[in-house]
Amino acid sequence: MHVGIAIFPGANCDRDVGWALGGSMGWRVTFLWHQEAALPKLDALILPGGFSYGDYLRCGAIASSAPLLRAVADFAAAGGPVLGICNGFQVLTEAGLLPGGLTRNQGLHFICRDQPLQVASQRSLWLHQYAVGDSLTLPIAHGEGCYQIDGPGLRQLEDNGQVALRYLGNPNGSIDGIAGVSNRTGNVLGLMPHPERACDQATGGTDGQVLFQGLAKWVGPIT
Amino acid sequence: MAHFHATVRVSLRPSVLDPAGEAVCAAAQRLGHGAIQAIRIGKAIEIQLDAPDATTARQQLESLSAQLLANPVMETWSLELHTRAEED
Repeated sequence: MHVGIAIFPGANCDRDVGWALGGSMGWRVTFLWHQEAALPKLDALILPGGFSYGDYLRCGAIASSAPLLRAVADFAAAGGPVLGICNGFQVLTEAGLLPGGLTRNQGLHFICRDQPLQVASQRSLWLHQYAVGDSLTLPIAHGEGCYQIDGPGLRQLEDNGQVALRYLGNPNGSIDGIAGVSNRTGNVLGLMPHPERACDQATGGTDGQVLFQGLAKWVGPIT
Repeated sequence: MAHFHATVRVSLRPSVLDPAGEAVCAAAQRLGHGAIQAIRIGKAIEIQLDAPDATTARQQLESLSAQLLANPVMETWSLELHTRAEED
């Protein structure tokens, strides 16, 4: 398994994702600088959390125009698995690779805690290892995680099974308690919680590993 | 080429909660401004650009606003092309 991890100026979870995938899962990891326009051969691509380009204008807005994002869009369009975590989720919505957008938490606080979640759909390949209704706990750490989408957009998401994860006890005011959404084909997933911080008992749990096992199972037969 | 100065105002859509605006509104009321009913916070973006004419300038700014300055999922924008300085 060979996974690419994007690095934007201001990202601060790229090494965490690298340690989780390299150390915990034993995978090969390649870091990709935001100026790179061509990708090596990869099994999956991860956009990590942080504050890309200082999150000027809106969270993820400036990163969405980085040369690397054009390569990410091509990779996603070809069916490549893409995961956006926290700021990476914001980048994917800003780039139009995922529907909706993320705004300031309802209570204005930056929330940093372990958050119970429920799986709402198995459409995404990243969640294949879970069943709908399963609960899991992942850390959240964000100030702008309030998911926004209009009424027709929400109905479309629900009809297509694109609502991937919901918060149990909506902490940030997200529409419909949405914590993560996938694209229609399920290869692109964005979520505010941090699965990479839940890959070792030393950091309080291993629920995050299940997403990466879902990827491994999906990739397995074709490599 | 002519030189233009524009202001793009970006606002949260009315349907999108603005908790920062609500916090400022509550502070205004605490300070005795009881008449203040609601506050919503947006951005004003000042832009200088060169373009052959106002129509071209407007087209460029509209494209930039829709593409980058505002996210139509949760924001609306308006454009003022309000100053036209000396031409070269």
